[in-house]
Amino acid sequence: MLESSVAPKALERTLYIGAACLGVLGLGSLLLQFFGASLLISTSLLVVVAAVVGNKLASHNSAMAAVWLLATSSLAAAFLIIFLSNYDAETASVPYAFWFLVIASWALAWASVSRFTEINTLSRTVNGVLTVLIPLIFGVWLLLLWEFVTQGHDVPKVLLPAPSDIGDRLVNSVPTLWADFKQTFIKSVLTGYIMGCSAGFLVAILIDRSPFLKAGLLPVGNLVAALPIVGIAPIMVMWFGFDWQSKAAVVVVMTFFPMLVNTVAGLSAASKIQLDLMNTYAANYWQSLFKLRLPEALPFIFNALKINSTLALIGAIVAEFFGTPIVGMGFRISTEVGKMNVDMVWAEIAVAALAGSLFYGFIALLERVATFWHPSMRSTAR
Amino acid sequence: MQETGFRKSVIPVTAVLLAILLVWSIASVLLNTPWQKDIYKRAGTQNVGAVEFVKATMAQERPVLPSPQQVAVEVYNTTVKKKVTSKRSLVYHSKITLSSAMLGFAMGTLLGIVLSVAIVYNRALKKSLMPWIITSQTIPILAIAPMIIVVLNSMGVQGLVPKAFISMYLSFFPIVVGMVKGLNSPDTGHMDLMRTYSASNWQSFWKLRLPSSLPYLFTSMKIAIAISIVGAVVAELPTGAVAGLGARLLAGSYYGQTIQIWSALVMASILAGSLVWIVDIVGRLVTHRMGLNHA
Repeated sequence: MLESSVAPKALERTLYIGAACLGVLGLGSLLLQFFGASLLISTSLLVVVAAVVGNKLASHNSAMAAVWLLATSSLAAAFLIIFLSNYDAETASVPYAFWFLVIASWALAWASVSRFTEINTLSRTVNGVLTVLIPLIFGVWLLLLWEFVTQGHDVPKVLLPAPSDIGDRLVNSVPTLWADFKQTFIKSVLTGYIMGCSAGFLVAILIDRSPFLKAGLLPVGNLVAALPIVGIAPIMVMWFGFDWQSKAAVVVVMTFFPMLVNTVAGLSAASKIQLDLMNTYAANYWQSLFKLRLPEALPFIFNALKINSTLALIGAIVAEFFGTPIVGMGFRISTEVGKMNVDMVWAEIAVAALAGSLFYGFIALLERVATFWHPSMRSTAR
Repeated sequence: MQETGFRKSVIPVTAVLLAILLVWSIASVLLNTPWQKDIYKRAGTQNVGAVEFVKATMAQERPVLPSPQQVAVEVYNTTVKKKVTSKRSLVYHSKITLSSAMLGFAMGTLLGIVLSVAIVYNRALKKSLMPWIITSQTIPILAIAPMIIVVLNSMGVQGLVPKAFISMYLSFFPIVVGMVKGLNSPDTGHMDLMRTYSASNWQSFWKLRLPSSLPYLFTSMKIAIAISIVGAVVAELPTGAVAGLGARLLAGSYYGQTIQIWSALVMASILAGSLVWIVDIVGRLVTHRMGLNHA
């Protein structure tokens, strides 16, 4: 807690001053209009106090300032949400004061992020919390701004539903979403992903012994990896039928080439001197493959696994546009768009994004466990 | 790798390509055999010679897998023989896909560069934005392309821009990642030298960071341009688009015109391949002119 604080930079100063000014503006315009919106008055006062106190704190103690700013900006946001829920935006437009205060409390939240990044500590728990907290504040505020704009401006739900509407829909249609998830993710994506990645890996090992094949396949593989492979989806649907097998086939083809190219590149990552060492140990081809070259190739292989994790999801969902049984994420998205049920579409997107992120995160975690020794995993100095 | 081994790689690459063509031909014969047998059975034809049979499987009207020469002939017929303005010309459709891909690529590159500069110069942004940029790519944007297009349409944005938007979303990511790496690539010695010159932030950006990030930029742009073609093709699928390579794919799949699907795919591949090649050449020229080694 005793770390010295870096003085806030000019930009950050502007944030405090801007927040304070906008708070005063909000208060002023309220006093002018004065139609019993006491919630907005208290928010304005809160914002002004938060900005002034935050500015003082920032020069003394980053951590305290950050927590103070986070707390006050969250409180202000909560006030604004309550105000919005009691306000009928359809009949009368929201007062200007509301928008001033939205910007002001957002500025406070940004200032708190700015302070959080200045916290300098060796404690691993604090650093761990910070690496999650800082992006989290950003993400939550993105959602908040989305909510404020859609609700405050009364954006039609067909265009862009508010996050709260999407959340409602998500909670209310869990069985449908789960069925779609099972069909698309567990059946098509995972099967295709595992088959495509292992095929790419095995072919890479096979051609590893032939420099001729390597020289020929690598440029071709590089080229193919850049091609719009999703386009084979209609062909696969014709060949393998409407069910998940055709989607898995698309995923297999999409994931094969990145894996092949990366594994081949990874297998040549071991340095000359390391190979010479294996030679002096009289290691045969397989020994040096398993004990030296494959471990050295792991970062490349994980790179391909990560690239493929997003490719696989895209491939499976797009393939569903070309014909599916009446279940699946791609099917649901295209039919609900037709029915103008945009909140259901967004719920499906949220599921897809969550699944994709977790999949990616899982592989990143595996990578951390498997290649902890590799230089690329060393934590760099800030 | 590609520069040094160019001569050496011509023969193996040709061999591999020939092998692919061979496998393709054999596969097309095998896959089309059942249907061809069916035809003969119904026509009552018997004692067809092997050569004739193979020839027939490679010349079906709606084959399961068209043979390479069928696709080649179709591509030739629809590019060279048709008028460029004709709706049946692949050149016409390619132009439409290409223009939205190019617009999206340009917007994506610009957005990517702006974001990466902001990230490199602002620590708060780096910590809060970077994780979300990575998360943004786990959203299967191609899957929600239809909705984005519908929404933008109802807001009065039509034509190229919605499709370009998809390409932009896909292509800004490699640019941000590459440029953040590139802008941070000058080593400490160089940065210290700039400091001893008492160079301003602005000066060290223009004279050191930006030039040394160029090789990274071009590498990223190669990925971005290929991916923006993919984005443009897929963006054409759900809109029921009447023109563009994606529309050709969709129409082909509706009417079982496999040859049309394959020729659209070949065309898209040629487009993507040549664009990547152009970016590569430009990148080499620029970095060579600046006296940098190609990274």
